[in-house]
Amino acid sequence: MTEVVREVTLPGPVDAPRRKSMGAGLIGWLQAMPLVLVLVFFLLAPIVMIVIVSFWGATEFSIYPDFQLDNYAFLFGSDVTYRVFFATFKYAAITWALTLAIGFTVAYFLAFHVRSQSMQIALFLLCTIPFWTSNIIRMISWIPFLGRNGIANSTLIEWGLIEQPLEWLLYSDFSVILAFVHLYTLFMVVPIFNTTMRIDPVLLEAARDNGASGFQSLVHVILPLTKPGIMIGTIFVVTLVMGDFITVRFMSGSQRANVGRLISNDISLLQYPSAAATAVILLITVLMVIGILLRFVNIRKEL
Amino acid sequence: MSKMRYSRRTILKGGVATAAATAFPAPMVWAQEIKDVTLRQFGTGVSNLNDVAQKVKEDLGFTLEMTALDSDSVTQRAATQPDSFDIADIEYWICKKVWPTGNLQAMDVSKIKNYDKIVGIFKSGKLTPESEIAQGTAPHTVGFIPEPGAKTFADEQTNWMTLIPTIYNADTLGIRPDLIGRPIDTWAELLNPEFKGKASILDISSIGIMDMAMVCEAMGEIQYGDKGNMTREEIDKTFAIFTEAKQNGQFRAFWKTFDESVNLMASGEVVIQSMWSPAITAVKSRGIPCVYQPLKEGYRSWGGGIGLSSSLSGIELDAAYEYINWYLSGWVGGYLMRQGYYSAVPETSKDFMSENEWGYWFEGKEATDIITSPTGDKLAEAGETRDGGSFEERMGAVACWNAVMDENQYMVRKWNEFIAA
Repeated sequence: MTEVVREVTLPGPVDAPRRKSMGAGLIGWLQAMPLVLVLVFFLLAPIVMIVIVSFWGATEFSIYPDFQLDNYAFLFGSDVTYRVFFATFKYAAITWALTLAIGFTVAYFLAFHVRSQSMQIALFLLCTIPFWTSNIIRMISWIPFLGRNGIANSTLIEWGLIEQPLEWLLYSDFSVILAFVHLYTLFMVVPIFNTTMRIDPVLLEAARDNGASGFQSLVHVILPLTKPGIMIGTIFVVTLVMGDFITVRFMSGSQRANVGRLISNDISLLQYPSAAATAVILLITVLMVIGILLRFVNIRKEL
Repeated sequence: MSKMRYSRRTILKGGVATAAATAFPAPMVWAQEIKDVTLRQFGTGVSNLNDVAQKVKEDLGFTLEMTALDSDSVTQRAATQPDSFDIADIEYWICKKVWPTGNLQAMDVSKIKNYDKIVGIFKSGKLTPESEIAQGTAPHTVGFIPEPGAKTFADEQTNWMTLIPTIYNADTLGIRPDLIGRPIDTWAELLNPEFKGKASILDISSIGIMDMAMVCEAMGEIQYGDKGNMTREEIDKTFAIFTEAKQNGQFRAFWKTFDESVNLMASGEVVIQSMWSPAITAVKSRGIPCVYQPLKEGYRSWGGGIGLSSSLSGIELDAAYEYINWYLSGWVGGYLMRQGYYSAVPETSKDFMSENEWGYWFEGKEATDIITSPTGDKLAEAGETRDGGSFEERMGAVACWNAVMDENQYMVRKWNEFIAA
């Protein structure tokens, strides 16, 4: 985000000395202003506010300005925090691996196995149909399906595959991750499909002419060229999963927790400062994860 | 939004300023103006019913906008957004939390017509002169303040009431008799390994902790000084027992909203859980057997009431008093009692119930005919009796009231840990 700002404001400082006029610099700044203001009000200010509140104190029903480290002390002092952060990473990692595998396969199929472009577009739109309903509905509709007496269990029993209903189908890590994968795979498909579409078919022909097998050209040609798409998809999925709370609550029947739930519990109990402190730590964690991811691929160069 | 409201209010005030000052006993004078009044009420799902809003429009002429939220959100809204409501329909323990913010104004008892008929629980704390007062935040302890504007509660009845009591009930565990197949008579059964993976408890800390305390006490594990105001050690011990049970897979899920509790029970995911009376009704009306099991340790009780926003004044305040008097005059009471709740003024509700209904719901008698819910679903056959019996038997066996404790913040953090454990 800040990169964008810098780029837009560049003409000012660079041009000013050359033309020796204040006017151009000012115009540059003015041109950048709308974006700067939008970012300050809707991105920077809320984050600053959260950071400030994280040092405040709270009573039963109100919060008061203060500078205390209690919220952080409690956060780092409780082993629940570490367990919950671990669970959050676990959900993110497993969901990432599954959405990547499915998303890449779908994108690969669409890009290289479907010949006509209209067919490609039609099939791609087909992928988005589930997204015409709300997130929550798509998630909750799993519940009657996976329940103890749900369709999945009764079908399996009918086929004679199991004798007792499988308890772990619902209200477990399994159901949480299933819902995540269902909800977020498209965020992987779209950017990967986008990059695979831009691979020049000549490159694949060249690979084949040079004797590469299908698998070799997949690993050495297609995969490196789709890396930016994979990375964008990864950022989407990882941030979505790490910030989620409602999926975990519904699909685990409140039996499991991730950081988002910790925050939402605090908010519902009017403990805003403690929620803010947790949010700050989560924000830092997510930024670190994205920072690490961006070291692998320079998205700006690749796009 | 609030600007619009303000200008409308100002216009109204201008138009009826003189009338409103003296007009309360003579509603005719401003009957026309009151039609334009809109009161915004919010509260838990139990009493925020659209049928009530419709009836208000019919009987009183003004508009009542209802918003239903869960208990935590209700507390949050009452404490932090005083301008977002005119009438707060909250529980007494929420009142204890919210009153000190000054977002609510006390009500003049002399303007409440049926005040004398309100049951003793809300005034002296005693159902009958001999009753013992249960533990927890008993309604009468937070029901009055010494004078308008006071932020602390009065020890005895005064002319200034914080909440006008509307509904209350005695809660216990709900069970699926068909899936359990044997009698259940103690709270301790919730943690019985027999129901591993088939039990549930509600994920609302201030209520859940009381259910936990009832269970731990029934198991003989903990003797509480006051369940409604636990010490840190008592809180720690309680959570230790429940965390262990959770890690052993005792619970199928926790529920936070009414609908969730109904679905868990109706689908058979859960066979024993903390539950609210109308949730039992909802399960039953799907034709699934479900019992609100009376237990030997007694009930965990709760009471709700209507509070007025401190920003309410003029004709809207008058409309609010009108609404309160109408609320206690019987129609709503009858409506709620036919769902299994109790009205704060039972005798006025009697006129709005059939003899069969009154006998079944209030007196604990055998139904002489089919009992139906207000929406027309069949709840009981002729010959059946209400779980737990009569009003006196049920409300007389209250072991504790929903509460906020002195160590509430500590408890809340522990609760958060329990959920994450």
